[in-house]
Amino acid sequence: MNGEELTEQETALYDRQIRVWGVDAQRRLSKSHVFVSGLKGTAVEFCKNIVLAGVGSLTLNDDNPVTEEALAANFLIPFDDNMGGGGSLAELCCDSLKDFNPMVHVSVEKGDLSSFDVNFFEKFDVVVISCCSLAAKKSVNEKCRKLSKRVAFYTVDCRDSCGEIFVDLQKYVYAKKKTDETVECQLQYPSFEEAIAIPWRSLPKRISKLYFAMRVVERFEEVERRKPGEISIEDLPNVLKLRNELCLAHSLSESQIPDSLLERLVVSTKEFPPVSAILGGILGQEVIKAISGKGDPLKNFFFFDSVDGKGLIEDISTS
Amino acid sequence: MASGQHVSAIKGAKVLMVGAGGIGCELLKTLALSGFQDIHIIDMDTIEVSNLNRQFLFRQSHVGLSKAKVARDAVLRFRPQISITPYHANVKDTNFNVDFFKQFSVVLNGLDNLDARRHVNRLCLAADVPLVESGTTGFLGQVTVHIKGQTECYECQPKPAPKTYPVCTITSTPSKFVHCIVWAKDLLFAKLFGDKNQDNDLNVRSNDAATSSDHSEDIFEHRKDEDIQQYANRIYDHVFGHNIQTALSNEETWKNRNKPRPIYVKDVLFDEPIQQNGNVDKSNDHLSSLSAMAYLDLKNPQDIWNLRENSRVFFAALKLFFSKRQKDIGNLTFDKDDPLAVEFVTAAANIRAASFDIPLHSLFEAKGIAGNIVHAVATTNAIIAGLIVIEAIKVLQNETKNCRMTYCLQHPSRKMLLMPVEPFEPNKSCYVCSETPLLLEVNTHRAKLRDLVEKIVTSKLGMSLPLITHGSSLLYEVGDDLEEDMVANYAANLEKVLSELPYAITGGTIITVEDLQQELVCNINIKHREEFDEENEPDGMVLHGWTPAPAAENSKDATDNNGASTSSTSKSAPDVIEDDDDLSILETGIETIPAGGQKRKLSDVSNPEPPVDEKRAKKIPMHPENDDDVIVMLEDGNDDISKTTQ
Ligand SMILES: [Zn+2]
Repeated sequence: MNGEELTEQETALYDRQIRVWGVDAQRRLSKSHVFVSGLKGTAVEFCKNIVLAGVGSLTLNDDNPVTEEALAANFLIPFDDNMGGGGSLAELCCDSLKDFNPMVHVSVEKGDLSSFDVNFFEKFDVVVISCCSLAAKKSVNEKCRKLSKRVAFYTVDCRDSCGEIFVDLQKYVYAKKKTDETVECQLQYPSFEEAIAIPWRSLPKRISKLYFAMRVVERFEEVERRKPGEISIEDLPNVLKLRNELCLAHSLSESQIPDSLLERLVVSTKEFPPVSAILGGILGQEVIKAISGKGDPLKNFFFFDSVDGKGLIEDISTS
Repeated sequence: MASGQHVSAIKGAKVLMVGAGGIGCELLKTLALSGFQDIHIIDMDTIEVSNLNRQFLFRQSHVGLSKAKVARDAVLRFRPQISITPYHANVKDTNFNVDFFKQFSVVLNGLDNLDARRHVNRLCLAADVPLVESGTTGFLGQVTVHIKGQTECYECQPKPAPKTYPVCTITSTPSKFVHCIVWAKDLLFAKLFGDKNQDNDLNVRSNDAATSSDHSEDIFEHRKDEDIQQYANRIYDHVFGHNIQTALSNEETWKNRNKPRPIYVKDVLFDEPIQQNGNVDKSNDHLSSLSAMAYLDLKNPQDIWNLRENSRVFFAALKLFFSKRQKDIGNLTFDKDDPLAVEFVTAAANIRAASFDIPLHSLFEAKGIAGNIVHAVATTNAIIAGLIVIEAIKVLQNETKNCRMTYCLQHPSRKMLLMPVEPFEPNKSCYVCSETPLLLEVNTHRAKLRDLVEKIVTSKLGMSLPLITHGSSLLYEVGDDLEEDMVANYAANLEKVLSELPYAITGGTIITVEDLQQELVCNINIKHREEFDEENEPDGMVLHGWTPAPAAENSKDATDNNGASTSSTSKSAPDVIEDDDDLSILETGIETIPAGGQKRKLSDVSNPEPPVDEKRAKKIPMHPENDDDVIVMLEDGNDDISKTTQ
C-alpha cells in the first residue's frame, strides 16, 4: 500500500462522514492545514466542526484574555472563577479542541494578526479570520493572494442575530457531477477589497440588505478607529448619518438599509449562539468543500438573519 | 434579539429534549449557551465509536456509557450553573406520560426513528405542548414547528412509504447490489443464524415446488456427522450453485434477462485443499475481535474483494460463527455493529452479485447498505440545532405567527441555503390531531381480531398500548396490570373472526381504538366488504383516512415546483430524514432537493411510487426504523405459493 490509505482507526471514526463525501475527500482533509484568527463563538463553532471532520492541523490565533464577554458564546472553555487562569483565548480553546479529535494537530500561534507576513500564510491551505477590522480583512486577504499556491480565504462575523461569511477562492476549478458526466467548472472570485469596491448601484436589485448594513457598520468602526464590535446604541445617529452619506455616494435609496436593521447591529454586538452555530456550520461545510474539491462552493457572500430565517448566498463580483 | 422579554422567556422555560445524538449534542450546547436554565434530556442509547465524528460532547473513553448522562456532564463543564436532567431511557416508557410532558414549555426532538417521533407527537398533542421537530441526512436537514390547533402535527401528512422490493426480485431476479444485500441479510443470514421458526423464502421455487420444499427444511441443518467445512461447502454449493441452477430451469424468467451463473466451491477455490475444521483456532479468541478479515489478513474495508476473496471470507465467517459463537446461532438478527455478521453478509451478497453479473462492492459500502446507515456530518447537525433554538425561542415568546419550518439545502434554491417557509395548517382529516373517524373496509366474516390489531392498530396507527372497545364493551387491551382471566379472554378474542366476537363487529359498527399512554383515541367506522385484491390489498383490509391523499396539494403546487414532483423519475429525496444511525437507505445519494423553493416538505417531493416495472409486484416493506431490522415479506402476486398469517 502507498501509505495514503486511511487507518482502521480513521475509518471507524469517520465512517458516517466518509459516507457523505468519500474516502478521497477524507484523505485530503487529513492533509490540510487551517489557520483561524479571532476566537469568539462563531469561530469556535467552526473550529469544532473542522476538528471533528478531521483536518490535518488547526492553528489558532487570539492573544486576548478570557473575559466574560468572550465566554458568552464559547463552549470550549470550562467555567471557573478565575477566568481561565490567565491563559489567552487561543491557548484555552486549543486545550479543549485537542480533546475533540486526537488525530488533528491543534496549536497556537501568538502575535497580532497584522504582524504576520506573506510567508507565514504559505503554511496553510485555509485562512479564516473573524471579528477583524476592515483593514485586517483586506490585508490578510491580499497576503494570501500573493502566494503562488492557492490559500482559501474566509471571513466570518456574527453581530447579534445577523451573520456574514465572505469567501475568496481566487481561481477555483472543480469537478461537478451532472447526471452521467463529470464536467469541469471554474469560478473566479474577487478579493474582499475588490468585492466591496463594486458600486452598490450596479449590484442586483434584490440583494440582501444585510450586505449594505454590514458595510456601513464596518466603515463606521474604521473611520472612528474602533475595535471590531466596539459600538453601541449611542452611535446610532452617527451610523445613520454615515449610511446616508454612503447611499448618496452610491446613488442607493436609503430604504435599502433600514434604520431598524442598523439599530439591531449596533445595539448588541454579542453573538447570538444559535446564529453562531449556523454560521460555523455553513463555514465548516464550505471549507470542507474547498479542501476536498467536492461540491459547489458558495460564491462569495453568505448572509443569515434570524429575524427572517433566510440563509442567503449573494454573488458580489464582476465575473 | 437580546430584548428583556426574550431573555426572560428563555430563563423561565423548562425544555424537554428527546435524543442526545448528532442533533442532540449540538442542541444541548446551543441551548446552554443561549441561556436556557432547565433542560431535561431523554436518550436510551449508549455511545459508539462511529458517533464521535460529530457527537462532540463524547470522547473515546465514553464509549458504552449513556449519551444523556455524558452529554449533561460535558455541558455542565462550561455552564455549571444550569440544571440538566438526564434520563437514560426509552421515550416510550410509560413513566413519560402526558403528565410528564405537561411540565415542559416546549419539546425539542432530535430523534432517529419514525416510531418514536410519532409517539412524541401524540404526547405533545395530548399534553398541549409545542413540539419542534428536526432531522438531518448528509448536507440536508429540516426543522418544523408543531403547535396543536395552529400548525400541522407531525403526522398530518403521510410519511413516504419505506423502500420496498418485490419478493421475486430478491429471491430470483436481483438486478442491483441492494437486492443481493437484502437476500444475504434477510434470507441467508436469517436462515443460517436466526430463528429457525421464522418464515424464510431462501429457496428458489422451481417448477416442481414439491421436491424443493421437501428438501429445504433439512438442507440448512448442520448434521451431526459433518464437520464445519463440509457443512459450509454444502451450504455454498446449495445457495450459490444448486439454487441458481434450479432457477435457470424457469425458462420464462430469463427470456428478457441475462441468465445467472451457478457458482460452486470447486470452481472458485479449485486449487485450495478443502481445509478441515480446526484451522480457525489460531485466530484471536476474543469474541469482539472475531473477524474473518483479520483471519484472512484482509485489511482495507474500502477494497472490493474478488469472487475468490469473497468466498474465502464467506467460509471463514461461517466457520467462526459455528466454532466460536455457537451459542448465538438460532437467535441472531443482522446487526451492523457485529463485524462478523457484516463480513458474512458482504461476502454472500458479493458472491450472489457475481452470479448475476452485478458489480461487487466493498465491505464499507455493503455495511452502509445492509445497516441502513445514514450519512451524517457535524456541520448540518450544528446548523439544524441553531434553527431549532431560534424556533423554540419564538414559541416561548408566543410569537407563533413568526414560526417557520426551515430546510437546510445542499444546493441553493432561489439563492437560499436555509429556506424558511410558513408552517402548514393542521390537516382537518388527520386521524391524530383531528377527531375525524377512520373508515375500515374489511371482510368481517373472515378477518380475525388479531388481523385488526396487527395490521391496523399496531402497524398503521402506531399504537403501543392499544385498547379496543365496541360501545361500552372492551374487546381487547394491552397492559401490565391486567387480571389473568382478562388476559385469557383477550387472547381468545384475538383468534375470533370479527363478526363472531362477543360484541360482534359487522358492517356499520363503530369501534374505538385508543392508546392510553399516547392519549390518542380513534373511532373507526367498519364497512363490510367481501373481496380484496390480493395484489393491491395484501392486508385483506383497507383503512381510509390514515394517509390522506395529498392530491389537491399536488395540483396546487405543481405550478411552481418546476415539475419536481410530477416527474416519474425514481430519484427521490431521502424518504425519512433522520438524525442519526440506522435509517433509510439512500440509494440515490443526497443530490435531490426541492426545486424552486416551493412550499412543501422534502418528503413530499420524494416519489414514493416505484418504477413502473415493479409496480405490479407486491413489495417487501422495509421498516428501517425497527431496531431489529426485520423485513416483513409478502408474497409476490405471481407466485402460486400463498402464505398467509391467518
Ligand atoms: Zn395531524
